[in-house]
Amino acid sequence: MSAYDEDRVSELIAALPPAPEAWVRAAQELPLARAGLDEIVARAEADAEFRAALIADLEATLAQEGFEPERPLVEELRRRFADS
Amino acid sequence: MAQTVPAAQLVARCRQGDQEAWNALVERFSRYVYAIATQGFRLRDHDAEDVFQEVFAKVYERLDSLRSDEAIQPWIAQLTRRVCVDRIRAGSREEPTEESELAADPDEDILTRLDEALDVHDAMVGLPENCREILDRFFARDESYRTIGEALELPAGTIASRISRCLVKLKDQLEGRNQLAAQSGGQVNA
Repeated sequence: MSAYDEDRVSELIAALPPAPEAWVRAAQELPLARAGLDEIVARAEADAEFRAALIADLEATLAQEGFEPERPLVEELRRRFADS
Repeated sequence: MAQTVPAAQLVARCRQGDQEAWNALVERFSRYVYAIATQGFRLRDHDAEDVFQEVFAKVYERLDSLRSDEAIQPWIAQLTRRVCVDRIRAGSREEPTEESELAADPDEDILTRLDEALDVHDAMVGLPENCREILDRFFARDESYRTIGEALELPAGTIASRISRCLVKLKDQLEGRNQLAAQSGGQVNA
């Protein structure tokens, strides 16, 4: 951008409104979710009953086992189970 | 964490598993990714949310493959564009319409404008906290004088003049960055 006037600057500030807080929080929690994911996958590999429960109702089983069924975690688990 | 830490430094710290740095990186680029999806590609909220999460998941997984930490912004932009296009194409396979085909071509003028907007937001980091907050609340969050006055405990009658003074400061900040960039032969990033 070569020249600035106040109208242009204000338009550019307005061009980036905040993303919804919940989306930002979920993305920030990704590393924690991934740590939980590794734990869940390891357990599912070792425990056939747990694996079957996850496949039958992923969200409910996660909640029952004390994991927050956040969307990125759920989607990643679905992807992994579909691949395996 | 203050936004004054250069993005490249955040990337390096994220690679070492620094959660605070990851939080700051997401915070830094969240508006940009959101705007590319909703303004550049005009995705609806549900699709934009999926794109948003997928982009940050890919950033997290692929940080090690980033060749230069300084290239984080164009890398995120490129990644977001790809994820948006994939999402639109997947949608149009399920429900083919002429409209969805057109949407896979983003509005390049808007995307260029978003890059400029990110530069402006980066420059805001150099402003005093009160200026940064008042400009963000008024322009980006679209809050009224009254709401801003209540939140910041300021008389509503003084908000307009404060905004005007802060805009002048920001303009000076941007012009200073451009002069620096011209002297160093490149663009200055916060």
